[in-house]
Amino acid sequence: MEIGRSRHRVDAWSKVTGEAKYTADLFPDNCLTAKVIRSTIANGRVLSMDTREASKVPGVVKIITCFDVPDRQFPTPGHPWSVEKSHQDIADRKLLNERVRVYGDDIGVVIAENEIAAARAARLVKVAYETYEPLLSVEAAMAPEASQIHEEKPGNVVASSGFQVGEGDFDEIKKEKALIYVNGTYQTQTVQHCHLEVPVSFAYMDHDRIVVVTSTQIPHIVRRVISQALGVGMGRIRVIKPYVGGGFGNKQDVLYEPLCAFLTTQVGGRPVRIELSREETLACTRVRHAITFKLEGLVSKEGRLIARRFTGYSNQGGYASHAHAIMANASNIFKQLYQDEKVLESKSYTVYTNIATGGAMRGYGIPQGDFATEAFIEDLAYAAGMDPLEFRLKNCMREGYTDPHLGIGCYSYGLKDCIEKGREYIHWDEKRKAYAHQTGPVRRGVGMAIFCYKTGVYPISLETASCRMILNQDGSMQLQMGATEIGQGADTVFTQMASESTGISVEKINIQTVQDTDVSPFDTGAYASRQTYVSGKAIKKTGELFKGKILEYASEKLNIPAEMMDIREDEIIDKNSGDILLSVGALAEEAFYSLEHSVHITAEATSHCKENTFATGACFVELEVDIPVGQIKILDMINVHDSGRLINPKLAQAQVHGGMSMGLGYALSEKLLYDDKGRPLNDNLLDYKLPTALDTPDLHVAFVELDDITGPYGNKALGEPPAIPVAPAVRNAMIQATGIHFNELPLDPQTLVERFIREGLIETEETAYV
Amino acid sequence: MYDFDKIYHAASVEEAVCMLQKDENSMIISGGTDVLIKLREGRLTGCSLVSIHDIEELKSIYMEEDGTIVIGPAVSFSQVTNHPIIRQYLPFLGEAADTVGGPQIRNMGTIGGNICNGATSADTASTLKALNAQLILVGSGGERRLPIHDFYTGPGKTVRGRDEVMTQIRIARKDYENMYGQYIKYGKRNAMEIATLGCAVLVRTDETKTRVEDIRIAYGVAAPTPIRCFRTEETLKGRQIDETLFAILRRDVLEEVSPRSSWRASKTFRIQLIKELGERALRQALAKAGVTDIREGGAKDA
Repeated sequence: MEIGRSRHRVDAWSKVTGEAKYTADLFPDNCLTAKVIRSTIANGRVLSMDTREASKVPGVVKIITCFDVPDRQFPTPGHPWSVEKSHQDIADRKLLNERVRVYGDDIGVVIAENEIAAARAARLVKVAYETYEPLLSVEAAMAPEASQIHEEKPGNVVASSGFQVGEGDFDEIKKEKALIYVNGTYQTQTVQHCHLEVPVSFAYMDHDRIVVVTSTQIPHIVRRVISQALGVGMGRIRVIKPYVGGGFGNKQDVLYEPLCAFLTTQVGGRPVRIELSREETLACTRVRHAITFKLEGLVSKEGRLIARRFTGYSNQGGYASHAHAIMANASNIFKQLYQDEKVLESKSYTVYTNIATGGAMRGYGIPQGDFATEAFIEDLAYAAGMDPLEFRLKNCMREGYTDPHLGIGCYSYGLKDCIEKGREYIHWDEKRKAYAHQTGPVRRGVGMAIFCYKTGVYPISLETASCRMILNQDGSMQLQMGATEIGQGADTVFTQMASESTGISVEKINIQTVQDTDVSPFDTGAYASRQTYVSGKAIKKTGELFKGKILEYASEKLNIPAEMMDIREDEIIDKNSGDILLSVGALAEEAFYSLEHSVHITAEATSHCKENTFATGACFVELEVDIPVGQIKILDMINVHDSGRLINPKLAQAQVHGGMSMGLGYALSEKLLYDDKGRPLNDNLLDYKLPTALDTPDLHVAFVELDDITGPYGNKALGEPPAIPVAPAVRNAMIQATGIHFNELPLDPQTLVERFIREGLIETEETAYV
Repeated sequence: MYDFDKIYHAASVEEAVCMLQKDENSMIISGGTDVLIKLREGRLTGCSLVSIHDIEELKSIYMEEDGTIVIGPAVSFSQVTNHPIIRQYLPFLGEAADTVGGPQIRNMGTIGGNICNGATSADTASTLKALNAQLILVGSGGERRLPIHDFYTGPGKTVRGRDEVMTQIRIARKDYENMYGQYIKYGKRNAMEIATLGCAVLVRTDETKTRVEDIRIAYGVAAPTPIRCFRTEETLKGRQIDETLFAILRRDVLEEVSPRSSWRASKTFRIQLIKELGERALRQALAKAGVTDIREGGAKDA
């Protein structure tokens, strides 16, 4: 049985030895370098570009400006295309843009023989602008006098949505005297994915076809968007995805692939590469949306949640990308994680501004939504005078919950078990008592947060995945997936799943890690927490087909009905006795070369997934805060996950470690900063405070492992969930330690010190002695 | 790829000076951990580099007969930290050098570069200031010797001429003998960090360990250049070691620093760190000096 085994990663050897080839390892020898010319304003219009000086730099091949590109707008998010026009993604950018919406916007490009020539020339291009006031916040962009960032969206609101759960009117219920009313504004910050491998692609022409090799999570979607951006037929575009060094959602967007594809057509098909610097990655690709949450709630004196009102404002940045899908998701966790006795009113807005474009990032709006939800629930528990854990047990999502709008249910439910497991691990009850009344400069606290997370994107979007299995002459298998390995371990669990469903051993399964749209079956790619679930279903379906074909051939040879046989460890066996009848290897050789009946046994299937299920979990944190210097030290922390059956427990644990580390950065230190002109201030890894190994405490992980009936192997989401509950857990632990409710992320030292001064925890008047 | 025109590898200080003189667009590179960043940003397009990385005389640490410790400016941070002379006589300097960046940076970056870069945040600068280090510069005009106190002229600016090579960092016996010290680097994370604030305190006590004989207080990022708090030091010299000592330090250093608000840190935050780190560095230095019992001070004086 392969499910539940901690197999070594199938790519471990290649990655550890450096043998694995990433996009930048594959640049052809004659590859040109393209350097994007970036705007030095955040809001305005390019009036003219003078490229005369730049063209003289030795090595420059061609300079293309925003006035030279096709007048076609295209969408970039990695969503399955919608055949319904109203659900299609917003097409709001061109390959290069005259209308500048972000500091560092793509306004031109230099193609040169080498990096130095390209960079020198890019600096020499003179640009004349018409400049408008930069709109950096949602408030500024929604103000009546604000300039219009996209002419298609007057008022700068990209989209808004609202819903209500239950009956009644919040304001009416609020008049009931017995209820406790709490309100607050909660603010999350702009952060970036900081995947190790920067966005990089190269393109060349093969006769009249364009080949693009790129570091992406979504090769099939990249092909479709290049087709839309260039107006070139799909069959003339081939996208290849080699090994990828992380994406976390930034590469669930089509970034520079269409531009790269266009550039090769401008230089006679010679290879052209675009490799971003880390600074460009931080400032000019995608970020996690900063969201402002205005929340109101009513709770009874017994600690029952009666009614809530939610208003969210998401800072979209300059281009739509994934747009309102993320804000809407953030509003959904507020609804799903707790149920109000009477009513929940919810409204959300996504607003264009002039900062970096918000896109997909691990958790897709839920880390923001969970911060707001779990901070607010904590504040309600305090207002009701209840232990926050007990308050959660009393009010949180129950077994059997179904989302009233989306119809997504909990087909397995381990939320309360996760809470109890974490409670026991962290010694919640003892420590809440022990840390109740502290004084002095160094204080401790414990805190927690829970979450729920839908596994795939059904029914909001299409969920489709396909798989191909090919039998080799010796009984081994080539496994081809449309789903992508981007560092998360997908190829390993896919291999285990294929083994489980076919009886071919893991050692004999060769998964093709490189997706090539000319060869690989269709799948929309690595995003949501979908691949083990949705693509896993495709493996299961294909595996059954594949095994059926092998057994059918065996039946022909052995004269035994196929249904009487099975495959186990590469042997065809008698189902009842377990006796070995024939090896798959011998069968394969026969099938290939038989003079009576030669057949190449392959199987391919698409799984159109019309199911979805909630994963849940909890994070518990014990911390110590050094008040005079504003430093938080995590003494202990654990994430407990209800993610269904684990396919590979060791990889699952590693996935959680990574997510916790990402959550800690979100909680404590990461934030992209802009000056008042919209220029990024800390678009480098010195000033953008991604935690280092020395900032990361020991991370503890536990699971509540329940089979989910909708999962192909009992499994459900685990990719994104680990990053979700950490920030609110840290924030809530700080309440116990200091009594202060921090409503804004991150809890960085300056924020802490300035707040401690205001609250009198730090004295500023120095008294001296004689 | 880095955008520069050419690189000369100097075998001696004389050769380096000569090359720097000959080429007006030339500049010194040693470990390269600051220069390469500027090159990568395209700020030095077309420049020439003169490498002093392989000049043997700049790469050693030794003690002269009178006890003066001489540190070659091309000694890397990790070599400073691990050198037996530093470990024995200036352990606090080795500790300060060990807070720079990460292991790779500490293996490449040099103590001379740390000073010559002119940054107020340089992790070894405040300790070298506290040690009254003497610097020797050799240029076309010959050799000159100056105290580190006269070296810095502003943010990123020093008195070193473009064609001058720093050849020695000298620390006299009287400046380290029986001195105990502590450098605290305050950063927003524990590695790969630039100091939000740095504080070095050196202290010498009397034999009974109850009185301050000598004290040096230096800060990085508390002003445009690394600074010493000489007036506070004078007030504290000769004082009884009790809680009052720290209260005076906290109050008086504020008169000598001039932190500013920037997007990296607000003035309010830096002032709080200046007080707190000064006290903590002094406490830790005293602990190293063997002072174990610190009593309450005298009557309160608002």
